[in-house]
Amino acid sequence: MFLINCPFCGERDQSEFSSGGEAHIVRPKQPTELSDDEWAEYLFMRKNIKGIQFERWNHVHGCRKWFNVVRDTSNDKILSVYKMGEKPPVNYK
Amino acid sequence: MKNKYSVFSLIKNALSQHENWQQAWGNPEPKKEYDAIIVGGGGHGLATAYYLAKKHNLKNIAVLEKGWIGGGNTGRNTTIIRSNYLWDASAGLYDHALKLWENLSQELNYNVMFSQRGVMNLAHNLQDVRDLKRRTHANRLNGIDAVWLNTEQVKKFCPIINTSPDIRYPVLGGTLQRRAGTARHDAVAWGYARGASDMGVDIIQNCEVKGIKRNGDKVEGLETTKGFIKTNKIGVVAAGHSSVIANMAGLKLPLESKPLQALVSEPVKPIIDTVVMSNAVHAYVSQSDKGELVIGAGTDSYVSYTQRGSHNIVEETLKAILELYPIFSRMKMLRQWGGIVDICPDASPIISKTNIKGLYFNCGWGTGGFKATPGSGDLFAHTIANDEPHKLNAAFNLNRFVSGDLVDEHGAAAVAH
Repeated sequence: MFLINCPFCGERDQSEFSSGGEAHIVRPKQPTELSDDEWAEYLFMRKNIKGIQFERWNHVHGCRKWFNVVRDTSNDKILSVYKMGEKPPVNYK
Repeated sequence: MKNKYSVFSLIKNALSQHENWQQAWGNPEPKKEYDAIIVGGGGHGLATAYYLAKKHNLKNIAVLEKGWIGGGNTGRNTTIIRSNYLWDASAGLYDHALKLWENLSQELNYNVMFSQRGVMNLAHNLQDVRDLKRRTHANRLNGIDAVWLNTEQVKKFCPIINTSPDIRYPVLGGTLQRRAGTARHDAVAWGYARGASDMGVDIIQNCEVKGIKRNGDKVEGLETTKGFIKTNKIGVVAAGHSSVIANMAGLKLPLESKPLQALVSEPVKPIIDTVVMSNAVHAYVSQSDKGELVIGAGTDSYVSYTQRGSHNIVEETLKAILELYPIFSRMKMLRQWGGIVDICPDASPIISKTNIKGLYFNCGWGTGGFKATPGSGDLFAHTIANDEPHKLNAAFNLNRFVSGDLVDEHGAAAVAH
């Protein structure tokens, strides 16, 4: 349980948000060309990182907008919040 | 068995004030090399080592545990055991485990307190009724005992349930598996540890894996906090930390790790003599032999390794518990905790080889791995020893996420296992 600083609404309780999982998984440009392995990689395989993870959140009980978050999954500390389409901050790897 | 537990050993040790009981398992330093190493000293890992030694005649085995044995999810679950899964593959897997549970105390010469008190799953809407009835039929076709109970029969089986039609999610019936029940979770880890240790398995605690050494497409050993250990067979049974170990080998798994919570109340006199689960309102409850109510809550919706979980999840579960059991309204909760569970997209486990030779994974048990402990260990041992899955775990391979042949138990198992 933690607070998330929604870039549109400000700081709100985590229970107002829905987690969209790992961020920056690019939707395949030509789905018909994809092999089964590539589909599996896109649909199912996840880094599931213990540590600094880039992820998507949706303020589902608020503005209903999507945005990105950098969070340390070992202690739930949020390190950065940035909007969809923006480049991820480079100081976290 | 070096020191067989019996009524005679109890009397003998009572005469010496119980001061001469020997340690149940050894505490060795790691050797330089093993024939197989199991990463993770929970119930599943210890069971794997036990069956590798017992059935596959591998004696030079180590189990590496970063904390103490059974200190992870083995000691954090709500101890429910059942096998009433929908699909044939799951029914085969979980009922294999249930059959092993039925004889486990004798097998291990260790009382795992397996209690077949029955597990009842409640239906709260018409779709639940249809799904659960379908599941009882599927179970019976697979030789698994299952009966459908209407609301009156539910009330008769567990009189403290509020079956009033006026509650928010009224009880419209339920299914009952009488062979299902609970067991003492710590005893399972301890019993397997003792049995494995007795056959020469090295159980090495406080030894964390830091890296996997690979030579091309095969494994050569493990970097650990106690130095490098050579082996060409590694079985990873690391539950919530499976992805962390997989990443060390440059492998990605279809898993997300999330906190799952449980809580227990103050101990009271016997009030509920079965296990009642409700997937729709997400509440399940049983009573331990000490008298505590054991309550399982849900997972958080986001990836986290914090082993605590959010307060709102507990609150939602307790709301549902109170509506179903008004008699518990003044109970005080004593302890609450979280464990990290690794969830697969199809809510079924992975017991599988990987494309790296000598690297095997037993993971993805999500919120319901405890019930499968003996079966999981038996089948994983078979997979490691033969480099081939047993027919009962063939469907639970890693390749199903490529082929699309998923074992979708979300419908049958929902969130509560």
